[in-house]
Amino acid sequence: MLDDFFIRAMLAGLGIAVIAGPLGCLIVWRRLSYFGDTLSHSALLGVALALAFEINVIFAVFCVAALISIVVLLLQDNTALPSDAILGLLSHASLALGLVCLSLMTWLRVDLMSFLLGDILAVSRTDLLIIFAGDATVLALLLFLWKPLLAGTVNSELARAEGMAVDRNRLAFMLLMALTVAIAMKIVGVLLITALLIIPATAVRRFSRSPEQMALLSVIAGLAAVAIGLFSSLEWDTPAGPSIVVAAAAIFITGQLTGTLLGRQS
Amino acid sequence: MRCRLGVKHLQPMCFILFWQIFMNDDQQNDPFLSLSNAGLYRGNRWLVRGVDLEVRRGEIVTLVGPNGSGKTTTARLALGIVKPDEGTVTRAENCQIAYVPQRFEIDWSLPLKVERLMRLTASPTNKAMYDALEATGVAHLANSEVGHLSGGEFQRVLLARALARNPDLLVLDEPVQGVDFAGEVALYQLISKLRDQLNCGILLISHDLHVVMAATDRVVCLNGHICCQGTPQSVSENPEYLSLFGKKAAQTMAVYEHSHDHTHLPDGTVQHADGSISENCHPDDGHHDHSHGSTKPKKPENRDAG
Repeated sequence: MLDDFFIRAMLAGLGIAVIAGPLGCLIVWRRLSYFGDTLSHSALLGVALALAFEINVIFAVFCVAALISIVVLLLQDNTALPSDAILGLLSHASLALGLVCLSLMTWLRVDLMSFLLGDILAVSRTDLLIIFAGDATVLALLLFLWKPLLAGTVNSELARAEGMAVDRNRLAFMLLMALTVAIAMKIVGVLLITALLIIPATAVRRFSRSPEQMALLSVIAGLAAVAIGLFSSLEWDTPAGPSIVVAAAAIFITGQLTGTLLGRQS
Repeated sequence: MRCRLGVKHLQPMCFILFWQIFMNDDQQNDPFLSLSNAGLYRGNRWLVRGVDLEVRRGEIVTLVGPNGSGKTTTARLALGIVKPDEGTVTRAENCQIAYVPQRFEIDWSLPLKVERLMRLTASPTNKAMYDALEATGVAHLANSEVGHLSGGEFQRVLLARALARNPDLLVLDEPVQGVDFAGEVALYQLISKLRDQLNCGILLISHDLHVVMAATDRVVCLNGHICCQGTPQSVSENPEYLSLFGKKAAQTMAVYEHSHDHTHLPDGTVQHADGSISENCHPDDGHHDHSHGSTKPKKPENRDAG
């Protein structure tokens, strides 16, 4: 069954949607979507390094994204620069550096589009294994850190005063995001990872009554987006990543319309 | 016979002696929280400096001071949210802390109901949760979304959340901000009742001099440093305090430094020790039988502040 490239892509996509749900909720609540962008743009630098030193792409992307998130934390804590300026600087500098490095490696013929927009054909069995191992890691850590992460989201000073390790959790959360970017890159591509994190979460906000419910619903929305996106990608021969994101956006719009209609009736 | 009796009583006597010497000293008098010469330096200036402060079990310590005098900074130092750049801050081991910060926004994107907020940093039982909400008068809001609460309701929910933690040390930063006047009096009464019930130490920040002083054991007057501290009475007579707040405030405070023989009811009337109810609590209306703590003779205009 796993011989079929489409099945492999589908499993990989669904695997990513499972972690994108709760993580995306935290990103939306904490207003970190620009941070997600920064990490995913830095992924291209990771790709360049992986090709240059012939190491695993997912591993290299994770290392670069983790490094970037630590740099963001250090700059935020130790300079007076506003957060969005720091993120803009690192986001575009790392994207540009990645592109420059790739173009310098003239001996390689790199299909840039497959990294930017995702490559449905490129999911190998090893990739699938890495994705599911990453899934398990992210889910286990999220479950373990959920309470302190949520408390820190509501009010970090309050959480800190009442004995929660806010700084440690902030770092852990950023590393989780780095890991997610690394394993999601192959399916949705560098440019659209943040969309897969944020759109399902915002789509289900108005149907949610608690943070946990919102996380669960956004997983379902994400799974649906991946399934619809990949089938339409196969059907109409469109790139996988953009198709998934268009499907997510369609779910968002449908949800908003349904919510408004239901709200009017009651 | 005599000898037997002596031995029989020796053990309990020793135990009582031991208890008084060691346990009492340890548990009752050792402060939960102590700041010693603590200071915080940010943005090229000392936000506060040289703060010496102690909060003990069963004690309400109130921080007063003008805007920017470092009240909240001192609370953040006390809670360990920031580390002092100078001096030390020590909290007792295993000290359960509860914090009521000033009003803050909860992002619309986060669906959060009151009962979920109550379980944010601890896992109180349902009973403890509803008892706390009941105590602050917002049990009917348990199922409401936090973002839809009014300022006063939110403040009461935050206070309930802190209570449900069953704290040893409770830090309240302007806990009645946005609460209506009747509610304000009731909440301060609740706070001093809690001090007795939970036997916890309370660090209270307020600029609301006249209501707060009624329940406070010790006042710390801040203005970047500690101007003065002591009982409400002694602080109100301190020249530094007078120059900071003016005479009017001092008089307000002095009025409250007396033994309480009457209760202010929510409708504005006053219930006296003899059970009678009157419109006000003027000292010469015949209901009173007490002397004010002030050593100075009371001037007639002081009464209005009561």
